[in-house]
Amino acid sequence: MARQIAYREALREAMVEEMRRDERVFLMGEEVAEYNGAYKVSQGMLAEFGPRRVIDTPISELGFTGIGVGAAQNGLRPIIEFMTWNFANLALDQILNTASKMLAMSGGQISCPIVFRGPSGSAGQLGAQHSTAYENIYANIPGLKVVSPSNGYDAKGLLKQSIRYEEDPVIFMESEVSYGDKSEVPEEEYYIELGKADIKKQGSDVTIVSFNKMMKVAMAAASELEKEDISAEVIDLRTVRPLDWMTILESVKKTNRLVIVEEQWPFGCVSSEITYQIQKEGFDYLDAPIRRITAADAPLHYAPNLVALALPDVPRTVKLVKDVMYLNK
Amino acid sequence: MPTIFSKETYLYWYELMQLIRQFEMMAEEKYKMEGKIRGFFHAYVGQEAIAAGCMTATKPEDLFITAYRDHGLAIAKGVSVNSCMAELYGKATGNAKGKGGSMHFFGKSVNFYGGHGIVGAQIGTGAGLAFAEQYRGTDNVVLCFFGDGAARQGIMHEIFNLAMLWKLPVIFICENNNYAMGTSVERTSNVIDIYKLADAYEMPADAVDGMTAEEVHESVTRAVKRAREKGGPTLLEMKTYRYKGHSISDPGKYRSKDELEEYKGRDPIQRLLKNIYDNKFATEEQIKNIDARVEQAVAESVKFAEESPFPDDDEVLKDVYVDPHYPFIVD
Repeated sequence: MARQIAYREALREAMVEEMRRDERVFLMGEEVAEYNGAYKVSQGMLAEFGPRRVIDTPISELGFTGIGVGAAQNGLRPIIEFMTWNFANLALDQILNTASKMLAMSGGQISCPIVFRGPSGSAGQLGAQHSTAYENIYANIPGLKVVSPSNGYDAKGLLKQSIRYEEDPVIFMESEVSYGDKSEVPEEEYYIELGKADIKKQGSDVTIVSFNKMMKVAMAAASELEKEDISAEVIDLRTVRPLDWMTILESVKKTNRLVIVEEQWPFGCVSSEITYQIQKEGFDYLDAPIRRITAADAPLHYAPNLVALALPDVPRTVKLVKDVMYLNK
Repeated sequence: MPTIFSKETYLYWYELMQLIRQFEMMAEEKYKMEGKIRGFFHAYVGQEAIAAGCMTATKPEDLFITAYRDHGLAIAKGVSVNSCMAELYGKATGNAKGKGGSMHFFGKSVNFYGGHGIVGAQIGTGAGLAFAEQYRGTDNVVLCFFGDGAARQGIMHEIFNLAMLWKLPVIFICENNNYAMGTSVERTSNVIDIYKLADAYEMPADAVDGMTAEEVHESVTRAVKRAREKGGPTLLEMKTYRYKGHSISDPGKYRSKDELEEYKGRDPIQRLLKNIYDNKFATEEQIKNIDARVEQAVAESVKFAEESPFPDDDEVLKDVYVDPHYPFIVD
């Protein structure tokens, strides 16, 4: 049987392998070294690489992000870990105004090869300030690439690609609730190109698009639908910017129906952009309006019933699929 | 007054400071009279001694990074005057291909890292440049410039803390021209001596007369030595004055004519010239020759800029990603 490892171990392997290969790569963030990572992603890395390359910072997101951005401009390849993307808001100026714009402002002279990574989105009853999903916000920014993998296999290949081959700043979004998930990850080295969606389940009646941990909802909904002989094709975006809408379009040409499941807030989110592209390029293939489930248009509250109501779930996804198939009475 | 500096140093300072000033005067004329330069434009006039003193206190491998009042430091570091004027004109031959403008001059090949538009943000980037030098084990240092306004930004304090924690080879140079746009230093904090802010991080600091190249040179030399010897950062508060408004559109009504005239009486170029004559480093004839050379270089830069083409239309989507195959959204 193929090797099964946790999502967090896959991320760690990606960083460790690339740090062994390239002296210019280092990891910096809060609790990444002596504490072995707030979520144990970097466990053991201090022991292997030492404090020069696995660097604890004070709680100073704007400051250490600035250090990373400057180091990237001056020949290093930093990995900056945010304990959660909710804390990266404090560092947004460095990401948006410096990292993403430096190549353009300098007329192509100064690039910024850096990976910013950490968990995005909700993780239970954490309250409003620890629960936002940020993929769409960063995906709005030219100059950045935004990766948001749903499983350890994809995460490892995409993170290795980001560290080793991407010369542009990469936003890499994980999930607290997925760090323990096991998936098949081969011993052999591999890379996954950014900007390529992956069809996680073939189907013929409807296309469901999702990414990150909402893929769990999409796949579970597809299984439910299978019981009723409805064949859903499930596409995992893996990368949000650039968006692989051609893979979605090809699927829609076959199924003629599209449902999108994501954890973003609804205004100007990932499904908005997909919907625009598909109605423009695939209007004649659609047999029903494109529909979506997003997070509620509100900060995430604390109470368990309100958390459940605010986030996409399997029953509502199943119902939405039946809506676009005109099966609901 | 007698000096420890050589004739060559003085004449280098003089020519550089004149070049910066004449460039700024010419650019302002092209902006105001002919409308050939647009956008926000922040002149360095009055602050030239800082650029001059910093140049002689460093080596070419040392890196400079500053905010948007960047013309003087770019020219000092060796970004060509032609490419600077062309950048102001928005031409393809500009030092940032016409994509940066006045606030975003760059010259990576001469270790000039810009030209940054968000007050204080370059303090983070500058410390990061220094982090990379330390990581590689070079003895290069970073001169990270910012204004008095940036001293009230959070990033300066976060970076002071980190730079001291890790003993980064960076010299923080606060060019205190006494006004953050229209707000005087006294109106921005209880602490009006900015160099004292370093005390909270136990960072060495000095207040320096930024109107004399000699003092700038000596203070920066001490700080650079400390940084090269792995002693970490220094904060130098350069007391200076800008003759022009915050930007070209600022009439400067928040300060008095008397104040401006008082500073012009301490003009860094005139003081330098007096020392040159006192020490008999040059005759009036020789100074006139330098002035003529500067005038010609500036005039040539205008000709160069005016004869250069604007960027090609297809440059809109270039230099956004290093990735040559990035699939832009084009509707």
